[in-house]
Amino acid sequence: MVERVTELMDKPERIRNIGIVAHIDHGKTTLSDNLLAGAGMISEDLAGKQLFMDSDEEEQARGITIDASNVSMVHTYGGQEFLINMIDTPGHVDFGGDVTRAMRAVDGAVVVVDAVEGTMPQTETVLRQALKEGVRPVLFINKVDRLVNELKVDQQEMQIRLGKVIDKVNKLIKGMNEKMYNDGWKLDAAMGTVAFGSALYNWAVSVPFMQKSGVSFKDVFEKCNAGDMKWLAKNSPLSDVLLDMVVKHLPNPTDAQKRRIPIIWHGDKETAEGKTMMNCDPNGPAALMVTDISFDPHAGEVATGRLFSGTLKRGTELYVMGTAKRANRLSQVGIFMGAERIEVEALPAGNIAAVTGLKDAIVGSTVSTMMDITPFEALKHYSEPVMTVAVEAKNMKDLPKLVEVLRQVGKEDPTVQVSINEETGEHLIAGMGELHLEIITGRIKRDKGVEIITSPPIVVYRETPTQKAGPVEGKSPNRHNRFYIELEPMDPAVIDLILKGEVSMNQQVIERRDILVTAGMDKDEAKNIKAIEGTNMFIDMTKGIQYLNETMELVLDGWREALRGGPLADEQVQNLKIKLLDVKLHEDAIHRGPAQVIPAVRSAVKAGILYAGDSLLEPVQKIQITVPTEQMGPATSQIQGRRGQVFDMLSEGDTMTVIGKAPVAELFGFAGDVRSATEGRAMWSTEFAGFEVVPGGIVDEVVKGIRKRKGLKEQIPRPEDYLA
Amino acid sequence: MLTFVGLGLFDVRDISVKGLDAVRRADAVYLEAYTSRLMGSSVDEMEQVFGKEIRLLGREDVEQHPDAVIDRARDGDVVFLTGGDPMVSTTHADLRIRAAEAGVPTVIVHASSIQSAVCGLSGLQNYRFGKSCSVPFPAAGWFPTTPLATVRANLDCGLHTLVYLDIQPDRYMRVPEAVGLLEEMAEATGQPAPDLYVGIARAGSESPVVAAGTADRLKAFDFGPPLHILIVPADLHPVEREYLETFAGL
Ligand SMILES: Nc1nc2c(ncn2[C@@H]2O[C@H](COP(=O)(O)OP(=O)(O)OP(=O)(O)O)[C@@H](O)[C@H]2O)c(=O)[nH]1
Ligand SMILES: [Mg+2]
Repeated sequence: MVERVTELMDKPERIRNIGIVAHIDHGKTTLSDNLLAGAGMISEDLAGKQLFMDSDEEEQARGITIDASNVSMVHTYGGQEFLINMIDTPGHVDFGGDVTRAMRAVDGAVVVVDAVEGTMPQTETVLRQALKEGVRPVLFINKVDRLVNELKVDQQEMQIRLGKVIDKVNKLIKGMNEKMYNDGWKLDAAMGTVAFGSALYNWAVSVPFMQKSGVSFKDVFEKCNAGDMKWLAKNSPLSDVLLDMVVKHLPNPTDAQKRRIPIIWHGDKETAEGKTMMNCDPNGPAALMVTDISFDPHAGEVATGRLFSGTLKRGTELYVMGTAKRANRLSQVGIFMGAERIEVEALPAGNIAAVTGLKDAIVGSTVSTMMDITPFEALKHYSEPVMTVAVEAKNMKDLPKLVEVLRQVGKEDPTVQVSINEETGEHLIAGMGELHLEIITGRIKRDKGVEIITSPPIVVYRETPTQKAGPVEGKSPNRHNRFYIELEPMDPAVIDLILKGEVSMNQQVIERRDILVTAGMDKDEAKNIKAIEGTNMFIDMTKGIQYLNETMELVLDGWREALRGGPLADEQVQNLKIKLLDVKLHEDAIHRGPAQVIPAVRSAVKAGILYAGDSLLEPVQKIQITVPTEQMGPATSQIQGRRGQVFDMLSEGDTMTVIGKAPVAELFGFAGDVRSATEGRAMWSTEFAGFEVVPGGIVDEVVKGIRKRKGLKEQIPRPEDYLA
Repeated sequence: MLTFVGLGLFDVRDISVKGLDAVRRADAVYLEAYTSRLMGSSVDEMEQVFGKEIRLLGREDVEQHPDAVIDRARDGDVVFLTGGDPMVSTTHADLRIRAAEAGVPTVIVHASSIQSAVCGLSGLQNYRFGKSCSVPFPAAGWFPTTPLATVRANLDCGLHTLVYLDIQPDRYMRVPEAVGLLEEMAEATGQPAPDLYVGIARAGSESPVVAAGTADRLKAFDFGPPLHILIVPADLHPVEREYLETFAGL
């Protein structure tokens, strides 16, 4: 088997890199297990019921996937062998960051939808993530057995329901990217880009396979009805149907990269690195994007990622963009075989690589044999940290170790934000939700052996300006350096472009300027952007000021410090546009060093935010609850009772779906409450829906509470306090 | 009244008689302890010699909260001690302005400054110095190359450059390090590095050290303890050359 894998990895046209994505519990891991078993990589007994790929105890105990996992297998199609590199992703929203990362590594996705539940909010989210990365989808409608056995539909109804799911998914694709939809990404059962089946019982059908095998929808219905899954599994095996579909309809890396590189990399396509990536060329500079870092007790830190160009070998010296330019020597280069990592001599472009020795890399790093290339677009997760916990070491002796462990956590999961405070020893971990934080803190104890005390989770707030302000003058402590800035709320259209990744600092200036001007930004401003941080922007409108160039990095440091904690409640600032209008600098370098410039800019920004009508924002979640019609009342009041708002109710048969939103602050304990209010008959999901202004009636109380918790003075600072 | 008194170059005995009188008369004596240091005497020693209690002022006290000093000077005689000559470091100009704004009269008692001392130690003519600059310890994201630009601009006009070296609470920059940094600046900007340097250590002490030569010579030279200062000379006048050969091993 090892030889078959290593032989195929040199032939890009025989490789498929795919991800399995879906709403929670729709059967991704069951499918992945059975594909592995079908391809002979694990035994049939291990697969399915036991969920081999959910190997973590926590995953087993909770029955959900927490970490994406990489596996690979060999499949024979049309007399030729193909190497399938596959990533099984988690469905729970709290771990959505794993999906975002996986979509960077792969070229195709199998979107799994539960035939009974149909498309759910996360189905939509994962599809959007795939399309955004230029990853091509095929559809697997799973749990068809449940349609027949639980919903007791007849054959005609079964087919109608399956057709509806396809229509719904197509509608989503069309809504998200009409061009892709028209260019052949529309799903079509007759073409073979849709399969139907039961991952649990190990069978599937597709139109092309039906023609070959003679198994029909009638057989499917009758065998399900009779409970004869074995017959279906034998005559129309899951792995053959699915993997045939993957090989035939999902692109190989060479074809995929031609389309994907322009989406995920905004450097100059005519450079050596640009050309080799476009062609997935194994010769030439190597470019790797790290999408996962895990810890192996024997090998240490293993970085997994997509190799877009070049070839990696043991001893290859690589540079991690955005860090000190020192060579990282690879000590092992591997690829997955089944779920095992095996070492290989040389790993060429187009594969998913697992390497050790990348000391400076974090998840999201661009790594190359060249010292300085344009990095890949940052992995932008659609959701942001909404909750935070404070952790401290239980035992004094663990203090230094905890800091090290927290740094590692931040390196491995870009959706958490770790703030280390070595002075107080109380560190903050912000994450996607209660479960996310529970898992992270649990693993610090379990895997790293550090006993910690964890505070209950607290909501993460934001601050933002509501009006124009300035010019504000910031003075350095020695008063010889002065910075004049103007502040205003960012234009929503520009925010949108940043969030979509269409505007970033990795772009060429002209490209960025043109996109922004089209979106309505002033041309002069668009040309002079110095930095983008989150959805904040710093623009240098000054002209020809001596020494400003070599001082700019310090100016930006001061700005970033202010963004980290606004004046109102020391919460992160967002959607702030700052223009630097004028600067006076001291003649001598020492008198305009970090100790002078950083505080000058920081206090000007903080005072400016106050002048600009600083306001507090809270995270809000979209909620969808599906219940039997008679439970609609309790379901609705679960949203409305939490400062929430219901904006849609859809009825289908005897079920009702209530859609609304509510602030995260009111959602603690939601799971238990919904369950008891609806006698356990609700199906529900929540999803990040952005930050919204805290209502006027309670904002003072909330601000006071945060300030007290953080040990800040009760009195909110005035602009003068910063400008003294 | 606020009297700025210069302490001179090295130890407690470098103060002028006039300055000493002012200190002995004062109701309160403050010492600014961040722009320069008197390396040859401790604060204890100064207190003993002056017969006065000395209060130390950090950068924050002078730059952010000078009101305490100014308030005290409203109805008493306050002496503000600094190393060297009081107004050479620009931050004190600001203090004098603030005092005047508060209606407090001010006086300066001068003392010798490193600016003039280097002429004596190196033999380089005072008339031929251009703009001064200083070399700071680089920080993350901050490596200014303007010190070299100043040196080059002076060299183009045939002028010497006095290069101050960074003083931080926990470290002093020394000549070899400063020469190395100037070379790095040259590399970063693609400009030529200077050919000749003069390094000076402990001006004003009993055992000052002066050494002239190429970057390689100065980087390997042991100048001993701080404070250090550096000069990048322009083309030398014959007398300047002779002086350096005699006193600085050129
Ligand atoms: N009846 C039936 N149950 C299935 C089928 N496929 C999966 N299941 C069950 O659905 C549940 C969830 O399956 P998983 O494979 O863990 O789902 P998942 O999508 O990986 O879940 P997350 O990773 O947590 O999002 C398990 O109890 C499976 O046994 C199927 O085809 N038919
Ligand atoms: Mg799973």
